[in-house]
Amino acid sequence: MADPLLKVTDLKIEATAYPPGEPPQEITIVEGVSFALEKGRVLGLIGESGAGKSTIGLSAMAYGRGGVRITGGQVTVNGRDILQLGVRGLRALRGAEVTYVAQSAAAAFNPAKRIMEQVIEATLEHGRASRSEAEARAVKLFATLGLPDPDTFGNRYPHQVSGGQLQRAMTALALCPLPDLVIFDEPTTALDVTTQIDVLAAIKDAIRETGVAALYITHDLAVVAQVSDDIMVLKGGHMVEYGTTAQIITAPREEYTRALVSVRSIEHEEKQPSDDPVLRVEHVTARYRGTDFDVLHDVNVEVHRGQTLAVVGESGSGKSTLARVITGLLPPSEGQITFADRTLSPTLSGRSREDLREVQMIYQMADVAMNPRQTVGTIIGRPLEFYFGLKGEAKRARVAELLDEIEMGTGFIDRYPAELSGGQKQRVCIARALAANPRLIICDEVTSALDPLVADGILKLLLNLQKVEDVAYLFITHDLATVRAIADSIAVMYRGRVVRYGPKSQVLSPPFDDYTDLLLSSVPEMKLGWLEDVIAHRKMESAGN
Amino acid sequence: MSRIPISALIGLVFTGAYFLAALFAPFIAPYGMSETVGDVWEPMSRTHLLGTDSIGRDLLTRMIYGGRTTIFIATMATLLSFTTGAVLGFLAAVIGGWVDQALSRFVDLMMAIPSLIFALVVLSVMPVTIPVLIMVMGLLDSTRVYRLARAVAVDINVMDYVEAARLRGEGRGWIIFREILPNALSPLVAEMGLRFIFMVLFVSTLSFLGLGVQPPNADWGGIVKENKEGIVYGISAALVPAFAIATLAISVNLVADWILNRTTSLKGGRGG
Repeated sequence: MADPLLKVTDLKIEATAYPPGEPPQEITIVEGVSFALEKGRVLGLIGESGAGKSTIGLSAMAYGRGGVRITGGQVTVNGRDILQLGVRGLRALRGAEVTYVAQSAAAAFNPAKRIMEQVIEATLEHGRASRSEAEARAVKLFATLGLPDPDTFGNRYPHQVSGGQLQRAMTALALCPLPDLVIFDEPTTALDVTTQIDVLAAIKDAIRETGVAALYITHDLAVVAQVSDDIMVLKGGHMVEYGTTAQIITAPREEYTRALVSVRSIEHEEKQPSDDPVLRVEHVTARYRGTDFDVLHDVNVEVHRGQTLAVVGESGSGKSTLARVITGLLPPSEGQITFADRTLSPTLSGRSREDLREVQMIYQMADVAMNPRQTVGTIIGRPLEFYFGLKGEAKRARVAELLDEIEMGTGFIDRYPAELSGGQKQRVCIARALAANPRLIICDEVTSALDPLVADGILKLLLNLQKVEDVAYLFITHDLATVRAIADSIAVMYRGRVVRYGPKSQVLSPPFDDYTDLLLSSVPEMKLGWLEDVIAHRKMESAGN
Repeated sequence: MSRIPISALIGLVFTGAYFLAALFAPFIAPYGMSETVGDVWEPMSRTHLLGTDSIGRDLLTRMIYGGRTTIFIATMATLLSFTTGAVLGFLAAVIGGWVDQALSRFVDLMMAIPSLIFALVVLSVMPVTIPVLIMVMGLLDSTRVYRLARAVAVDINVMDYVEAARLRGEGRGWIIFREILPNALSPLVAEMGLRFIFMVLFVSTLSFLGLGVQPPNADWGGIVKENKEGIVYGISAALVPAFAIATLAISVNLVADWILNRTTSLKGGRGG
């Protein structure tokens, strides 16, 4: 075969931007990107958000999302230039020769139809198999992907299966028409680490068994290193580096790639716990109103002055609920919360303004944590005015000081949140929390919506601020790499209980309980063959049991 | 700032013209409002640009004074309905619980009664004066605004920034007027254009049925009523106010659409 399966030459993609108050502008999203993909190979596209990786991925289907236009270059699939195809030709291509796996399977499935109907829909639509053949193929794929009861799995509705299972069902959907090429667009990003590893292994098996080629798009280099043969690193729509996985991981040539490989290597010396805990959570049990299920069960933790307690767990483990209980949004049904020497009222309305000032919160989604109609100056200035009665010049001066502390400069004071980048938004949220001059800041997954390099910057900032302001953090996260970087002590939560709690060094060293072991071993490591090692290790263990 | 699109410009010009005519009616009207100046149903002529009405008054004069009454009543009633509806709707969303239930069920009850019939019943026992008209129309219509305001505010109320304000210890006033209102403004302004037009139609309907503005005061619905017999004889006098209502409706909505577009694109809009 002379032609590779997919060949992209000198791709150029443009879009029209509509900056507020200015005439529309043409912007170039992707320029000068070329690569080729042979049958049965996997190419990883990696980059931060805005790097154009999804846009490039979708161009393999000749598809431009929302106003995006492919304006230059060539994309050939099986030797024909798909950019020249008409509507009919594209329809024959998409969902048959080339298929797509989206990031959020929950949003991609129709909740009103059974999974089987949706998995075989494209296959039937394109006449690539009869109904019985397609169903048989789907069942086989369910088995390959490790889904429970493959024979009857398809009879369920999307809401009846877990997120990880749905993501695997979506992979089955993409593989069912026997395509030549599958585009995986961040398929495991929305999943817990422990689930991610299963989905990753399933996808890898399925790719190997069916022999399709794949484009694997992600921002997580450690993940893509496990599944792909080659990796292309993108930044701002340009190719930074393109090579085999081994070369990228072990011997990156470019500065940017090196930064990506060495991300999350912050070293943090663990501090000795002091005698005066700033926050004590004692025997807290909590449930949401109208339910008879305890989301938190007898939780006991302490946060020490100027130190960080990391609360780790999967989604649904109750870690965010713990934050709601501490802040007073959800009164506990049992137990109490002590701050410094005083017992905090269980409800928000029962707390004094001083109580509220001392405990501040930073949210996961900085986008929705700031009122889009308020300027940065108002957002940071309000706590100053509210708690300390600062007005006018004094307030503005203090806001400028805080902006300095978060390394953002006074130029931002009159900007609106929409004019900030993701990392800057999170920094403003940090400044808002700091403005209250609190003794404890609850950080709820503050870095999980950010790109790795930006997240690194935020973590470094938080560590610096801790030194300067002597503030304690209760750091909620599902990401163990973050925990290693920032924590002094750790509480591992599982199904509403603290299953392991203590200083960092102690929690992260053996002997482990089963859950902590599972959690720790599921964190992708930046090395080749990690996935195989873990899976092999787990198989051995379960065989031994 | 960005240029005004042509549709909005047309809307602005017409809306502006109607409002200016209403404002300066005594100065631009060629005759007195209830002055009989000619024969019954005279055709259009140089002295009577739109002809005369059923008892020989100048129709253009009647239209200008009528517009003044109609627009004044509609504007005041819209303002009343928005203040009441939006404040109560936001309160219900922010407080929740039984306050929300009580208000919402009461509004459901009010909306179950056709508003025209309800208004006719109330107006037949109350003295029909302009303040009473405004009160009745405004309060009846505020139920619709309440539903919209509550629905919008319930969405905003669960945003993290509102929670952050609550954790800070902010009072209800700040949360409603500083956190929720600026983000709810776009849909409310769009609705306001529409509601204003419904008000114009509502007051015209009431006047046509004889329970709105009382003669000799003019309003557009009343002018239709006075001249409706003429249609049988091919006299178009009754169609003039109908035309005025239609053009006002369209132009106000063009302006409202434009404001909606501008405010949503301004600084990123809601939620992001």
